Amino acid sequence: MGSRASTLLREEEIEEIKKETGFSHSQITRLYSRFTSLDKGENGTLSREDFQRIPELAINPLGDRIINAFFPEGLDREDQVNFRGFMRTLAHFRPIEDNEKNKDPTASEPLNSRTNKLLFAFRLYDLDRDDKISRDELLQVLRMMVGVNISDEQLGSIADRTIQEADQNGDNSISFNEFIKVLEKVDVEQKMSIRFLH
Amino acid sequence: MGWLLPFDNLLCMALGISFTVWFTSLLVFIIVPAILGVSFGIRKLYMNSLLKIFEWATLRMERGAKEKNQHLYKPYSNGIIAKEMSTLEQEIQELRSSSTTLSSEPEFEMADIMSFCRRGVESIVDDEVTKRFSAEELESWNLLTRSNYNFRHISLRLSVLWGLGLLIRYSFLLPLRITLAATGIGLLVVLTTIVGFLPSGRLRTYLSEKIHMMCYRICVRALTAIITYHNSENKPKNGGICVANHTTPIDVIILANDGCYSMVGQVHGGLIGVVQRAMVKSSPHIWFERSEVKDRHLVAKMLSNHVADKTNHPILIFPEGTCINNTSVMMFKKGSFEIGCTVYPVAIKYDPRFGDAFWNSGKFGMVSYLLRMMSSWAIVCSVWYLPPVNREEGEDAVQFANRVKAAIARQGGLVDLLWDGGLKRGKVKDTFREEQQKLYSKVLVGDQEDQTGRSEYFTICSVTGIFTHNHF
Repeated sequence: MGSRASTLLREEEIEEIKKETGFSHSQITRLYSRFTSLDKGENGTLSREDFQRIPELAINPLGDRIINAFFPEGLDREDQVNFRGFMRTLAHFRPIEDNEKNKDPTASEPLNSRTNKLLFAFRLYDLDRDDKISRDELLQVLRMMVGVNISDEQLGSIADRTIQEADQNGDNSISFNEFIKVLEKVDVEQKMSIRFLH
Repeated sequence: MGWLLPFDNLLCMALGISFTVWFTSLLVFIIVPAILGVSFGIRKLYMNSLLKIFEWATLRMERGAKEKNQHLYKPYSNGIIAKEMSTLEQEIQELRSSSTTLSSEPEFEMADIMSFCRRGVESIVDDEVTKRFSAEELESWNLLTRSNYNFRHISLRLSVLWGLGLLIRYSFLLPLRITLAATGIGLLVVLTTIVGFLPSGRLRTYLSEKIHMMCYRICVRALTAIITYHNSENKPKNGGICVANHTTPIDVIILANDGCYSMVGQVHGGLIGVVQRAMVKSSPHIWFERSEVKDRHLVAKMLSNHVADKTNHPILIFPEGTCINNTSVMMFKKGSFEIGCTVYPVAIKYDPRFGDAFWNSGKFGMVSYLLRMMSSWAIVCSVWYLPPVNREEGEDAVQFANRVKAAIARQGGLVDLLWDGGLKRGKVKDTFREEQQKLYSKVLVGDQEDQTGRSEYFTICSVTGIFTHNHF
C-alpha cells in the first residue's frame, strides 16, 4: 500500500506554505508531486544532481546559477533543499496580479514583488553576495551565456560599456539600486513570472 | 485420528473435482479459442463492466471529499504551468527593439538573464523529458492502490469494493494468468523444438507460423489483453522492417498476436534464453551476443541479409531503444532506417485506465513488472498499422526516421519529441548547451551568416520554446 504525494504533506504544512508564498492549495499539492518525482533519493530533499537531471535545465547556459538560487546557504556540494525552501524560491515567480486578492498592509513584502524579483535576478550576477556586481562577476555571467563564441576582448568591452552605463557613483560596479534604475523600463513582472495554473 | 479419514477423503474429492472443473473451463473458454483464433467476447464484456465501476468509484470519492470539505488531489494532466510560446530569440530581440540605437556594436542588456532564468525555472517545474519516464497519472481511480493519490478520502463502500477487487485480482485472476502464461510458454518451447527437427521447407514454415500464433494468443489471454487492430490492410509484409513505439516488453506479444515477425535482440540467460533458443529452431530470428551489439556494422549487415531474403518475416524493431511511458514518442535511432528497405510504421497506444503497461525499468525488475501486469485488471490497447514508407530521394536516415516518428506520434495521439530516450539514464550532451550559447552570441554580436544557413542548422522545438539540434 503506497502513500503518495498529497498524503505525505500535512494540512498544517500546506496552510503555512500558503501563507508564506501565496500559492493555492491545489498548486501546492501539484508542486509537491513534482518535487517528489524529482527526488530520486526519496529522502524528502533535492540535491544539485536532482536538478541537473532535467535535460532542459542542463542545457540552459545559466543552469548552474539557477540551481544555486535554490541553495542559499552556501556553495557546499552536500547541500539539500527541502520542500519549504523549494516553494520559497518558486514563489518569486508568481505573477504579481495574484497578490491583489489578499492585500494585507501589515504583512511583509510578498516574495513575488517587483523588488524581490529584481533581487533574484541581481543575485544571479552577484555570486559573492556583497551587494555589488563587479566587473569580474559580470564577465563570468557573460562568459556562461556566450560560451566560446565571443573573444575575451569583445566580452571585456561589452562588460565595460554595461558598467559605464549603469554605474552612477563611480565605484566601477553595479549596486542593487543602480541595477533597479537600469531595469526600470523593463517589464520585470512579465519576464520573471510563470503562469501557474489553478 | 481416525475421525479425520472420512474428511480426508472428502477433502481429496473436493480438491480433485474443483481442479478438474478449473482446468476444463480453462481449456474450453480460453485455450481452445486461442488455438483456433476465435473469441467469445468475454473480455469486452469484462472491460465495459469495469469502466462503469471505475466511474462510480471516482464519483464516490469526489462526493466524499466534498462532504468532508477536503481537497481532492487532481493530477496535473493539464500541466502545472502555461508556458510562453515565443522562442528565446524572440524574447531577447524584444528587448533590443525597444531601444532606438541601430549600432553595429554588440548590444547586451542586463535583463537578458531574466529570460534564461525564467525558462530555467519553468523547466524545473515542468519539463518535457523527465515526466516521460514514469507512469502516466490518471484522472479517475481504477481501484488499484498503485494509482491512488487520495488514499485518505475513501469511504466504507469504496474500501469494500477495493478489497473485493484485491481478492479477485490476486486469488482468481493472478493464478489463472500464471497458469495460462506457463502453458503458453511451455507449448512454444516444446512445439518449436519439435518442428525444428523437420527439414527446412514449406511445411516447416507453415507449422512454425501456426505454432507461434497459437502461443502468442495464449499469452495475450494470459495478460487479459484486449487489443483493437486498425487498418489491417497495411500489415507488414515479408522482406520489410516493422517499427513501433516502445512502452513495455509486452509490445512484442501484442504485435506478434496478429502476424509473424522476426525478432531482434540480445541473447539473455535463464528462461528468456531458453525461449529464444527454441524460437530460433523453427524460424529465423536475430539474436546478438552482448559483445556484438556495439558493432553497428555487424548489426546492419545481419539485418540487411535477413531483409534481402523475401521469404523471411518482417523484422520487428523498436527504434527508441528504451521504454517510454506512452504519452510521447522520443528520438528514433537511425540504424534501422539506413538499411534501405520498406518500413512499416505501427503505432501502439495503451489505455491506462485498466492497468498502466509502462515498464519503469529503474523502479521494477522484470519479474515484479510481470506480476504487476498480471494483477491489474486488463491491458487495453489500440494498434494502428500505418501505410508503408520508403526513403525518399535526398532524404538522409535521420530525416526519414523523424518523418516516420511524426506519423506514428500523430496516429497514436502522442507528443512528438526530439529528445533522446537515452536521457532516462544518461546525461544530456554538452553540444546542446553550446548550441544555446552560440544562439545567444548571434543575437548579441549580430548575425554574420545569412539567414538560410541558420535555418538548416537549427530546428525550433515548438514544445519547449528553445532551440534543439537534430542530432544522431
